[in-house]
Amino acid sequence: METSYSLVVNGERRTVASEPGRSLLEVLREDLGLTGTKYGCGEGQCGACTVLVNGQRAHACTVTIEEVAGKTVTTIEGLAIQDRLHPVQEAFLQEQAFQCGYCTPGMILSAVALLQQRPHPTEKEILEWMNGNLCRCCGYPRILRAVRRAAELWRREP
Amino acid sequence: MSAEVLSSGAGRRPDTSESGFGMTLDRREFLQWLGAGVIWVVTETGVWAQARRTGSGARADGLPLGARLHLGEDGTITLFCGKVECGQGARTELTLAAAEELRVRPEQIRVVLADTAEVPDDGITAGSRTTPATVPAVRRAAAAAREWLRQVAARQWQVDVAGLKVEEGKVRHPESGRSLGYADAARLAADDPAWQQPVPARVELTPASQWQVLGRSATRPNARDLVTGTHRYPSDLRRPGMWYGRVLRPPAYGARLVSVNLSAAEKAVPGSLAVREGDFVGVAAPTSAAAQRALKALAATAEWSESPHPSSRAVYEYLRRNVEGGVPANPFAEEWAAASRRLRATYHVAYVQHVPMETRAALAEWEGDHLTVWMGTQNPFGCRNELARALGMPLEKVRVVVPDFGGGFGGKHTAEAGIEAARLARAARRPVLVHWTRTEEFTWAYFRPAAVIDVEATLGPDGRLTSWHFININSGRAALDTPYNVGRSHCQFVAARSPMRQGSYRVLAATANHFARESAMDELAAMAGQDPLEFRRAHLPAGRLRTVLEEAARRFGWTEKTKSRPPGVGYGLACGTEKGSYVAACVEVAVDEPQGRIEVRKVCQVFECGAILHPENLRAQVEGCILMGLGPALWEEMRFANGRVANAALSRYRVPRFTDVPELEVHLLDRPDLESAGGGETPIVAVAPAIANAVAQATGRRIRQMPIRLDAAS
Ligand code: FES
Ligand code: FES
Repeated sequence: METSYSLVVNGERRTVASEPGRSLLEVLREDLGLTGTKYGCGEGQCGACTVLVNGQRAHACTVTIEEVAGKTVTTIEGLAIQDRLHPVQEAFLQEQAFQCGYCTPGMILSAVALLQQRPHPTEKEILEWMNGNLCRCCGYPRILRAVRRAAELWRREP
Repeated sequence: MSAEVLSSGAGRRPDTSESGFGMTLDRREFLQWLGAGVIWVVTETGVWAQARRTGSGARADGLPLGARLHLGEDGTITLFCGKVECGQGARTELTLAAAEELRVRPEQIRVVLADTAEVPDDGITAGSRTTPATVPAVRRAAAAAREWLRQVAARQWQVDVAGLKVEEGKVRHPESGRSLGYADAARLAADDPAWQQPVPARVELTPASQWQVLGRSATRPNARDLVTGTHRYPSDLRRPGMWYGRVLRPPAYGARLVSVNLSAAEKAVPGSLAVREGDFVGVAAPTSAAAQRALKALAATAEWSESPHPSSRAVYEYLRRNVEGGVPANPFAEEWAAASRRLRATYHVAYVQHVPMETRAALAEWEGDHLTVWMGTQNPFGCRNELARALGMPLEKVRVVVPDFGGGFGGKHTAEAGIEAARLARAARRPVLVHWTRTEEFTWAYFRPAAVIDVEATLGPDGRLTSWHFININSGRAALDTPYNVGRSHCQFVAARSPMRQGSYRVLAATANHFARESAMDELAAMAGQDPLEFRRAHLPAGRLRTVLEEAARRFGWTEKTKSRPPGVGYGLACGTEKGSYVAACVEVAVDEPQGRIEVRKVCQVFECGAILHPENLRAQVEGCILMGLGPALWEEMRFANGRVANAALSRYRVPRFTDVPELEVHLLDRPDLESAGGGETPIVAVAPAIANAVAQATGRRIRQMPIRLDAAS
């Protein structure tokens, strides 16, 4: 049976008619046309589906649509303000911190969540926080550089 | 030579900035997107594939210039190429190659990759062939276009072509100060038949010493789309009316479907579709969740007959028993009898998966009896052939388009998801997307072959090798022969009946063969009472391999470090060569024996692949190889029993993560005097044996198995 769910996605109120139990990831990708959030494992192990729910990091693959009803969701599509990239996106671009780029949206959202909580993360904090995000191209050194650079940019223009 | 020749008509260019990255355009729209300009030649199905097969090495020979490049009257330059982009950097490298020879800025060039309807067949994207084969082909075409520009100007200005120079996108006549750009020439001579002529086999290419664009770093053309989430990977494609497909998988390898009740799907999800074609059973529905529910209902009604399947525990004995024609014996009986010391050892390498971040995905759409499949594959033309065969269609009715996709590593040469999507789309009469789950990817994608490698080697009284017998069972020939001076040598690959579906993986069997060889070299060095570095140097002629080995040892401080080794710490080195490139690595490990923990603390690697085309990308590839290589070296192994995989999930199959990254020192040796070889594969081969050697040094225990585990019987 379909139910109507309302949530705020990237600043816009969206209403979704869906059966319950579907993952936020599927709803974003199949109902809302937001394919920037990726599927990698479906079990909270890879971080490809990372989004912010009420400002907190979440794995969209393990959250159901009914759990996010009434909440705000930020995806990779919601970070840039028109043509102006978010500082974390800018840092990833400057460091060319991607190979295939499939992990990139999740990496960027994870870094955003980190810097929101800790604008001055230590090296250890960065490593531990980002450890839930996999990059199979193994571009980890560049991604780390991008996160460090993002922290610098962030402090300048929050 | 038969080719369809089309003059691209004038017209407004639709805003399809994504077209070059695999979006969906039909021929008319494509021509509009291309814009007015010189003659565009569409390569006819099969013709160039054939030319390629008969041509020796220089692929796409005989390819008309107008099939490789298009000059637009508005100044756009479009390059057509059959390679794919999956993170290895082909898109940027090919852009740089064309820009270099055309003498234009890279931003001026658009690259259309891997659309079998619109680009030439440049072969599969594998084997590190883009750099040594496709880049030169693209450079030849671009250089021919530059020459054409000079000819057009000479005709136009009635001057001698010898006095004309091309720089900054324009041909100039210094005496009169006149200049002419590519767009001007495209307007002046749009119908020039030169564009239908084959690219001349001999065109002068710019020597490395004069490169302006190549040899420097550049950003990927669609980088911004990657950080904004707007790039559409194959799994992101959506079409009007599209449904999501799921496929019924057997419960175990080798299980055959006896019966299934298709109507169960419709009952669970009214309006959904279920199809059976031979052994193929699949469902499609408007959402993935609905398709999944339909599949579950249908699967509950399926009956299967299973057959025995060996377990991963017993798989090495199984492979040895199932060698076609038996395992060859060591032919060097005399050396064996006369030897001062002998090594007889067997090394095992487990089946592993590629685990690309994006699992297999394909979107199929039928238009009458024409099929278009957008999919992530390294083998667009091969997959088109596979689709045509599977569906009983002529080649020219199948089109495969490959948007830049999420990782290949040698694991995406086949068309499974495309065939599944095509069957479902045909039955559903609407586009269908099939996107494999991670569990499906772990279970049903092909594996890197397991290896059983026998080594028998002998040392003379002077500590030099006198014979070398090396047999690879099942995994392959890549880097089979030893680069060392070993006296008499016999290296052979023998096929076995693999119980698992197997295929290629980044650098194929070169990893397994290097693991065995470089482990054995350390074991022999120990027998000879020599330092591993010195023992290798004594058996290596001067040359590129010895150079990278010595350079890695020097940078790592091998000699000083190994003199005073703290307890629980080990240093190891390994080197090797494959696909025309050379690598050496030194590693430091810390071992906690009671805990069975191996920590790789540092990797110092030197890599050389001739003249470096794109340094930043090469560095990313080398780092990526080292880090990816840690997985199969230390943890990755498919476990299976009774035909069922026990660890088909990322929670049960450990791959390298951020906290596994050791201190990395990567040094790229540039050799502008040598031809460029590819660099996305070979840098993976040294890391595993270097770790095994370091672990042996730290613990005194030789682990002859990948993954290297302290609980393994040595
Ligand atoms: S897809 Fe959600 S964590 Fe992997
Ligand atoms: S860039 Fe390919 S998975 Fe991270």
